[in-house]
Amino acid sequence: MTRAADGPAPVPSPDNGRIRVRADRERCIGAGLCVLTAPEVFEHDDDEGLVIILEATPAAHHRDNVELARRLCPAGVISVEPA
Amino acid sequence: MSVDLEDAPSFPVPRTVPYQPPESYRQISSRGPLNKVTLWDKRRVWLVTGYAQGRRLLSDPKLSADRTRQEYPTMAPHLGAQAARKLVLVGEDPPIHDIHRRLLNPEFSLKKARALAPRIQELVDGLIDDMLAAGPTADLVQSYALPIPSLVMSELVGVPYEDHKFFQAATAGVMQAREPAETEAAGAQLAQYLGTLVERNLTEPGDGVIGRLVHYVQAGTITAAELTQLSMVLMIAGLETTSSMIPLGVVTLFAHPEQLAAFISGEVPVQTAVEELLRYLAVTDFAAVRWVTDDIEIDDVVIRAGDGIVVSSTMVNRDESVHADPHVFDISRGNRQHLTFGYGIHQCLGQNLARLQLETAYRTLFARIPGLRLAVPFEDLRMRSSGTMQGLESLPVTW
Repeated sequence: MTRAADGPAPVPSPDNGRIRVRADRERCIGAGLCVLTAPEVFEHDDDEGLVIILEATPAAHHRDNVELARRLCPAGVISVEPA
Repeated sequence: MSVDLEDAPSFPVPRTVPYQPPESYRQISSRGPLNKVTLWDKRRVWLVTGYAQGRRLLSDPKLSADRTRQEYPTMAPHLGAQAARKLVLVGEDPPIHDIHRRLLNPEFSLKKARALAPRIQELVDGLIDDMLAAGPTADLVQSYALPIPSLVMSELVGVPYEDHKFFQAATAGVMQAREPAETEAAGAQLAQYLGTLVERNLTEPGDGVIGRLVHYVQAGTITAAELTQLSMVLMIAGLETTSSMIPLGVVTLFAHPEQLAAFISGEVPVQTAVEELLRYLAVTDFAAVRWVTDDIEIDDVVIRAGDGIVVSSTMVNRDESVHADPHVFDISRGNRQHLTFGYGIHQCLGQNLARLQLETAYRTLFARIPGLRLAVPFEDLRMRSSGTMQGLESLPVTW
């Protein structure tokens, strides 16, 4: 798989399309773009305003939004890998 | 949607009322979310005034922030200067942008910002003490709005505050100059000053972002020049925005006495009020300037490769499909859907630090100086006529 010099790293695509989502709360800035982009997968906790993952292995149809959230996160704290 | 390419009004135009967009912006956005406007250099670019369109476009990897390219729209004469064009981070695209951003991200996490709260309170209280001792009149710009981010950023970045007159003047020189040569000169001075500081930190790492990042220079991840550039971007971005926003917010509250009363009484939480001030004021009329590397289709419009795009935070934040009565200032609104900090990979790194400073500044000011009011008629307040931040020249207050 090649990576365009100016583009984001693509998500590897296993056969079932399932992915595992992680987020680093230590570096989260609480910008909330992930919650806006993929609300089924990401949420902010009420106490700290930091990201929480609602669905660590979301269904395949959430994949595009999760990938967009990963790319948009201004703190770069979201990672996506094959489940 | 029809776009009348023959009528591309001027953009930006000065605000006359500190908290209201010029009338022509309202006319532009009433035509639809995407319009053509004419910049000072006669170039025509797209002006985005719709929230959904702004988010969608700023999510698109075909938008470039590379300011060194001639396709990048120059929003004011002084921004044509090299010092304003070759900016790390804000003027970079992935992958180099992400490399630089990753180094800074840990410094600006929500947890780090919150840990600074007691220190920010202490600094703000010190400034109020000084104003009360010297008063009962003060210029809130010089005595409060400028020193707050100046103190906070110098401690955070590791710049000696005793040099604040220099770096305040230099950052303002880069951002508020009228001619490219002035921006160039101020940028060169600031780069030289910060370069010396980076050198010193290489042998004797200080207690700040520069001191904490020098090991990346020693490890060869970035050069000393890149670290200098990064610290310069932090100082410029941290000073100009917050110092402009504090007086704008105060004057907006003064102009809406019932809102000010609800703020002072604590009826509306300070965080909610600050979010509305951010939405309503936006600090700058454009949150993002980009150019397009490949054609983009959006809302039946084709934005062509090479076109310039300007996202108007002022108008996007007043999109009536997102906010009811968007031109009404309502501190209890409680809607964070604004683009004041931008959107996507370039979204403001220091947003939590900015929110914290604003919350502390407004809350402490009205709590510690009861009866605070304007010392001159509202009509006498003057907006700064240079630069791309909305700012007041001065804000005389009494109590």
